[in-house]
Amino acid sequence: MNHPVGYNADHRLRWTEWLPWVVALAVFFLLPDYLSLGARVLTYILFALSLDLILGYAGIITLGHAAFFGLGAYVTGILSAKLGVNDPLLQMLCSACAAGLLGLATGALVLRTHGLTQLMLTLAVAAVCLEVANKATPVTGGADGLSGVTVAPILGLFRFDMYGRTAYLWCLVLVFGGWWLIRRLIYSPFGAALTGIRENSVRMHAVGAPVYKRLLTVYTLSAAIAGIAGALLTQTNQFVGLNVLGFEPSGELLVMLILGGVGRLYGAFVGPLVFLIAQDFLARQFPEYWYFGIGLMLVVVVLFARGGILGISDAVIARMRRKA
Amino acid sequence: MPEALRLEGVRAGYGATVVLEDVGFSLAERDALAVLGRNGVGKTTMLATIMGLTTFHAGRIEFRGRSVDRLAVHERSRLGIGYVPQTRDIFPSLSVEENLAVAGRPGRWSQERVYDLFPRLAERRAHMGNQISGGEQQMLAMGRALMGDPSLLLLDEPLEGLAPIIVDTLLAAIQRLAREESLTVVLVEQSAKLALEVTDQALVLNRGRIVYSGSSAELLADPERLGSLVIAG
Repeated sequence: MNHPVGYNADHRLRWTEWLPWVVALAVFFLLPDYLSLGARVLTYILFALSLDLILGYAGIITLGHAAFFGLGAYVTGILSAKLGVNDPLLQMLCSACAAGLLGLATGALVLRTHGLTQLMLTLAVAAVCLEVANKATPVTGGADGLSGVTVAPILGLFRFDMYGRTAYLWCLVLVFGGWWLIRRLIYSPFGAALTGIRENSVRMHAVGAPVYKRLLTVYTLSAAIAGIAGALLTQTNQFVGLNVLGFEPSGELLVMLILGGVGRLYGAFVGPLVFLIAQDFLARQFPEYWYFGIGLMLVVVVLFARGGILGISDAVIARMRRKA
Repeated sequence: MPEALRLEGVRAGYGATVVLEDVGFSLAERDALAVLGRNGVGKTTMLATIMGLTTFHAGRIEFRGRSVDRLAVHERSRLGIGYVPQTRDIFPSLSVEENLAVAGRPGRWSQERVYDLFPRLAERRAHMGNQISGGEQQMLAMGRALMGDPSLLLLDEPLEGLAPIIVDTLLAAIQRLAREESLTVVLVEQSAKLALEVTDQALVLNRGRIVYSGSSAELLADPERLGSLVIAG
């Protein structure tokens, strides 16, 4: 019997679920020098949540999720730098719609396949997007990237300041919204159906569930959320380059999620936090070999903690309860 | 009584391997059919073929007068064919309630009606699928099939490996489904005696072919013949 992951019959909000938000607010007040890193972590948390929704809950394996993230980032960049659309909410909406549409179009093909074919198709989608962004220099800036992105005050009230306070809170609000939406979704009958599809898609077919439609719906939604994360990155960095597309960001995101714990919802919080802080620390201490540290961490987690860092904490808590 | 299910010259199996050869029978609505035979004669394959889970080579399958042999699995389910596999296939990460909810469709069956049929499930409604006993899992598998509001229920060895008290509960439920809920039931069972007691018609398979088709009562009344056809339970 499979070990159940990420699903709990009790849908009520537990007090521990408020901890990430308390910590995030504490960082805002206590660590003002780290708000830029904090905004980056929050952006990747939203991105990781979108991946966890399809990988952890629906069982869709992908190495091309950066296609949606990158498209969202470029849509916001192009709207601002080329079209003069600087309203952050409008940028966000357009990025979400564009990424969602790409998710719908590619998902219609990708989700008809399984296993290695599916994995390769997702990779191909990301590679095509990368090449398009690379070649369409007049629009995307090509290899130089797109600078000159400006963001108007949010709701005409909150201007992005040089200390990154507004950016941090803006990221926090959107991550909270994304978390709330995804949490509602996974604890709904739709979420239960996704878990059923992940665990036994043949059985779900046999009970008459529209498996393909449900997968396509969640894939599109996940793509839209990844697009919002991409837009956040552009808004907070005021720049977008080719590094948001292709295999590398997709692979890094997968590493983050595996580190945190796949299909656990909060693994998407822990993974990017650990990864990006380790990256920041290791890059300063060992500028040439920092990736070695990340690799070592991943090897340890894969070998000794299949459920990621949250899996370790679950095991420790279970052992303590048994002893008590 | 109108026909619920008709198979004509069905040839099916797994890939190029043929398990069922020239299988044909018809079953009236509200009838219960026992499918008997030794291990490996094609009983499970026959149910899986009706459900669309095998490789269909030739023949015709009609459900309530409509040809279904080219339909996808979920389309057959939506037409009203419910399937309870031998492996039960309960979703371990979902609670009992959610296991029922994922299969729910508008119709005669609600969770409350399933709990009425199997009161033990009501007590376990918040338990995860892998936290309930084998008998409860079997009840849940049947309840989940009922949530799709089927008119034909395919049951693959639902009594296998269960305690006698659970077997009695399940047999009573099967009888109730056939007699009070007007369901057409196809019951694959190793224990021939138990299956014949709760069904109207019987089929005996041997090496993928039908070797007996007739009344359950007649077969039950002729132990010698029953013994020669199958190992009686």
